[in-house]
Amino acid sequence: MVDFPLLTAITFLPLIGALLIIFGINGKQEDVDNNAKHMALFTSLFTFAFGLFLFMRFDPTSSEFQFVEQSNWFRQIGIDYHMGVDGISIFFVLLSVFLTPICIVASWNSIKKRTREYMAAFLILESLMIGTFCALDTVLFYVFFEGVLIPMFIIIGVWGGPRRVYSSYKFFLYTLLGSVLMLLAILVLFMQTGTTNIVELMENPVARDLQMFLWLAFFASFAVKMPMWPVHTWLPDAHVEAPTAGSVILAGVLLKMGGYGFLRFSIPMLPEATEYFTPMVFWLSIIAIIYTSLVALVQEDMKKLIAYSSVAHMGFVTLGLFTLNQQGVEGAIFQMLSHGLISAALFLCVGVVYDRLHTREIGRYGGIVKNMPRYATVFMIFMLGSVGLPGTSGFVGEFLTLLGAFRVDTTVAFFATTGMVLGATYMLMLYRRVVFGPQHNEDATKMKDLNQHEYITLVPLVLLVIGLGIFPGYITNAIAPSVEKLVTRYEQAIASAPDTRNADTTTQNAETGAQQ
Amino acid sequence: MELLAVFLPLFAFIVAGLFGKQIGDIGCQIVTSASVIIAAVFSVILFFEVGLGDYEAYSTILTRWIDSGTFQVNWALRVDTLSVVMMCVINIVSSCVHIYSIGYMSHDAAKGRFMAYLSLFTFAMLMLVTADNLLQLFFGWEGVGLASYLLIGFWNHKPSANAAAQKAFVVNRVGDFGLALGIMAVFVIFGSLDFDVIFSQVSDFADYKFVFLGYELHALTVASLLLFMGAVGKSAQLGLHTWLPDAMEGPTPVSALIHAATMVTAGVFLVARMSPLFEFAPVALIVVTVFGATTAFVAATIGLTQFDIKRVIAYSTMSQLGYMFFALGVSAYGAAMFHLMTHAFFKALLFLGAGSVIHAMSDEQDMRNMGGIAKKIPATYTMMWIGSLALAGVGIPGIFGFAGFYSKDMVLEAAWADASWFGHYAYWMGIAAAVMTAFYSGRLIFMTFHGKPRASKQVMSHIHESPAVMLAPLYVLAFGAIFAGFLFYNSFVGSAHHGEHDAHHIAKPLASGDHHDTAMIESTTKRNAKEEIKKAAGTIKAGIETQVSNVEEKMIGHAESIAEDHSNGDLNPRAKSDNDQIDAAHTDKHTNDHDDKAHFAATKEDFWKNTIFIRAGNDTVDAAHGVDLWVKLLPLIAGLFGLGLSYIFYIVAPGLPEKCVKAFKYPHQLLFNKWYFDELYDALIVKNALRLGRVFAVAGDKNIIDRLGPDGTALASLKTGTIFGKIQSGFIYHYAFIMIISVIGLVTWFFMKAW
Repeated sequence: MVDFPLLTAITFLPLIGALLIIFGINGKQEDVDNNAKHMALFTSLFTFAFGLFLFMRFDPTSSEFQFVEQSNWFRQIGIDYHMGVDGISIFFVLLSVFLTPICIVASWNSIKKRTREYMAAFLILESLMIGTFCALDTVLFYVFFEGVLIPMFIIIGVWGGPRRVYSSYKFFLYTLLGSVLMLLAILVLFMQTGTTNIVELMENPVARDLQMFLWLAFFASFAVKMPMWPVHTWLPDAHVEAPTAGSVILAGVLLKMGGYGFLRFSIPMLPEATEYFTPMVFWLSIIAIIYTSLVALVQEDMKKLIAYSSVAHMGFVTLGLFTLNQQGVEGAIFQMLSHGLISAALFLCVGVVYDRLHTREIGRYGGIVKNMPRYATVFMIFMLGSVGLPGTSGFVGEFLTLLGAFRVDTTVAFFATTGMVLGATYMLMLYRRVVFGPQHNEDATKMKDLNQHEYITLVPLVLLVIGLGIFPGYITNAIAPSVEKLVTRYEQAIASAPDTRNADTTTQNAETGAQQ
Repeated sequence: MELLAVFLPLFAFIVAGLFGKQIGDIGCQIVTSASVIIAAVFSVILFFEVGLGDYEAYSTILTRWIDSGTFQVNWALRVDTLSVVMMCVINIVSSCVHIYSIGYMSHDAAKGRFMAYLSLFTFAMLMLVTADNLLQLFFGWEGVGLASYLLIGFWNHKPSANAAAQKAFVVNRVGDFGLALGIMAVFVIFGSLDFDVIFSQVSDFADYKFVFLGYELHALTVASLLLFMGAVGKSAQLGLHTWLPDAMEGPTPVSALIHAATMVTAGVFLVARMSPLFEFAPVALIVVTVFGATTAFVAATIGLTQFDIKRVIAYSTMSQLGYMFFALGVSAYGAAMFHLMTHAFFKALLFLGAGSVIHAMSDEQDMRNMGGIAKKIPATYTMMWIGSLALAGVGIPGIFGFAGFYSKDMVLEAAWADASWFGHYAYWMGIAAAVMTAFYSGRLIFMTFHGKPRASKQVMSHIHESPAVMLAPLYVLAFGAIFAGFLFYNSFVGSAHHGEHDAHHIAKPLASGDHHDTAMIESTTKRNAKEEIKKAAGTIKAGIETQVSNVEEKMIGHAESIAEDHSNGDLNPRAKSDNDQIDAAHTDKHTNDHDDKAHFAATKEDFWKNTIFIRAGNDTVDAAHGVDLWVKLLPLIAGLFGLGLSYIFYIVAPGLPEKCVKAFKYPHQLLFNKWYFDELYDALIVKNALRLGRVFAVAGDKNIIDRLGPDGTALASLKTGTIFGKIQSGFIYHYAFIMIISVIGLVTWFFMKAW
């Protein structure tokens, strides 16, 4: 521990900011609010700069964990404070630190009550998110992973819409079951192996029978987070009631924690169970893609529609992750990052018109391209990104995922690709009804075009969505070594598995590996 | 040079799109038009170098796009005959449309935006045709789809325009669904998406099978058919064609550029580009032929009954695309590309002419409200006649004909020359469509320009000839519609057989315009004289050794298989086997004058080089030069017959159409309602998808998942009132409580274990 603990610093920086906001600001209400906002923005921007610094120091050619910090936490039993990032997690950290300042700017004028607490909650949330992606100890991970939910509950429950109580309650019930099971699984893992070190656990898978139970327990937690069909119904409600910035973080980062969990726990620690359950995941993903796309077609609420589209996109992610080949997994990670940007941007776009008209009902808008041409342009770019138009980041993830799936099972790829058609249909319908057409609502025709705050939040996202669509190499090159390690390790684990029942699939996988 | 030709339109789009306000409407118009015109000039230069000249085809790699394991794709520009032909067509027509739009859109408020979209489209289309791999092609493919969407819905206050735009995008996406799967299949088969790599390996996979949707199928056939599905969508072939007529909601210049001359031909280009793949998938070729022939026929029947001037031309476009597809299906790729090129000129001319009429008639599109305006807009009238004659394929055999005369006849002859059931099917469908094409072309002219004026007095008083800025592009296109077929016949589809067979067949124009070609050939001949003689000797020897009665056919096969072998063994086949093939060709022509089995001596092979691959014995274009006289004459007779019939129906006896409609009430209903495709799809797919969505939303999410899940639990807990007592206020604390308890439990347990 000679080096400066970079990861600890970036993780707890926002927390320090939050504490300062809560305890350090006094005075008139107006001043407090104003100072809190500036303080939060400053902290989050600083954290973002720190994140960039981290990325510059990061070696993209290595598949190892970097900036590792390890020290005893509960000395007696060997639970460590253990942090580190590899090519997979670094980008989730970056996504978190990138979206937080945008959220704070987006909330600048729209949050009117308890601004100080709101800003503090966001910074705490940021700390916990970064922590989740950096933790290399199961218990530490659990604390961050579950801890994230508390500020999120508060953000929805306090600053949310009229049905916020029902929504947060639903959110709570779903995650409760998952988290209890995950805790149990972590416990059992520790009992069996005597360690909570993620790196060690990844290298030494437990016995096959045990893997099955553990896999299901982890799955319960991650599937809810993703969310996968049929445990997705909390998401539309949570999104609908959450304030704009809450939705942005929820869609942008929180949903990715499930996928990240699969990458850190299920696949590397429980390879044989992963192989066993892969078909189930495939079919759940396909159902998610088709079912939720169809549901999205008939939504009348803008946020609900985008929430359902998120479930469909996450279907691509789970599909890609479990193809367990280079293209599929890289595609899934890329899809998560890209969805983090695009869905965040789409919720911001909804927020723009919601702030003006205070309704999310699609039918209340229409023809606003006339009075908001710039908004229409920006919205269109994100709409196309969501549709997966080549040249936007949405395409790269989607295509790689499907390609990975095609290599494993053409039938699965066939059904999943229908998402391309359905996705275009609901997004184009949304766009057409909101932006095009005759203007039939007078108040909608009076809305003003994007203001400066909205520009600041949306333009960086536009640049990233297009930039990563044309040059995705900046991300894929850095992910590749870690993914390659994950995939080879998985294949080795399957190949060396004592069970001969899977001999056929094993050779198949070996072939797949050879092709790469 | 190719960089400028492709990226200038993008530059124009960015400038006009982002800084449209600053530079103003005129600025936008100048920037976009100038960029595209310069790009067109460069394209023409490239055409002379790479197409007509003997420059090597080449690819310029710009940078890496996607890189994931073995999946590696570059941004690259490929310049070969196929792409330069397309580049010329795109940039020339696009230039005309840009200029024309300055006049046509002069009353519109958003001129800058319109020009920007046109440039965006041009860029995307150029990326499509210069792609060096399938994924970049897909980028362009979707890019033109986007531009088409934006332009169809350009008048976004019109609900019908928005609906049409959305329909176009979604229906195309259905095709893209197939295309995307096809691209994946190609990658799984060949391990790469680069054209060079695919083509060089294709024969190794001739019998390769893989499992698709649970069945073990011939891999190349599956891949070809999936790719073809994309082509069906983009080129509005039967089944996925319903968007094209609706797309006429867009401004007329858009219809000319996108929905006639360029974008809709992308499917034809795709199949031609992937010819090596399709050649090894005979079943796929049959499907392509049947689809094309049926589309040509069905679209023509619908065209007979429509009254909207633009829709008539749209159905005619669909029908002509059908011709191109069945030409592809019988391996007459050159003929398909030839028809694509000539069609681009005369169809763009027809659309822009129709636009000129609409402009003159104060935005009237219904032909029932036109008539008697020939004298008021003589220039437009003349242009429309040129376009229609070219479309109908009129010409004097052996002397001169309009563009469509050469290309359409070539397509039909090739279909017949295929000598297969589907080739004959295509031929007869094509002849039937040719009669109808000529008929509705005549109908369009007569209804629009002749007879008594049916428009209101007010409209009639406003009729004026279009300004020069709109007429000039028409003249350029008219030049193409008249001369394109005559000038490029030998390059695209000319053959050595030509000379021999002319004696007893109708003469197609000789290589009159191709002096420089001959010169070029001679120079190369000198250069390569030695090798040529050697090779020729080998070829002839091998040919004699086969000693089969039909020496001619066998030798075609042999010579081609040599070329093929070269391309198979080599990663970069073009450079090498290209020369071989050309050598062989030159040799035949110059050193073996006495040997009338010369196969490659025509300019066709010089022109296409190796960009189009035809399997041995499949060269129907060659064979087409030797078909019977009646096969060659019938298309022309069909055209003249159709035109004559329309003259009788609409000039001599104007009551006839009415009587015919009455006599054939039900067939007419079927045609007038476009064979009920829209209604069928709406009832079968659209309604059901929405119904299913509602069922899932209400029954699935609310009644099943939520009731069994959270709501049910809530209800149960509310009833018992014990577990979650005061949910409404205390849930966070509950959660925190459970978490703390769990952590405490965990920690305690650890301590216990440590002891």
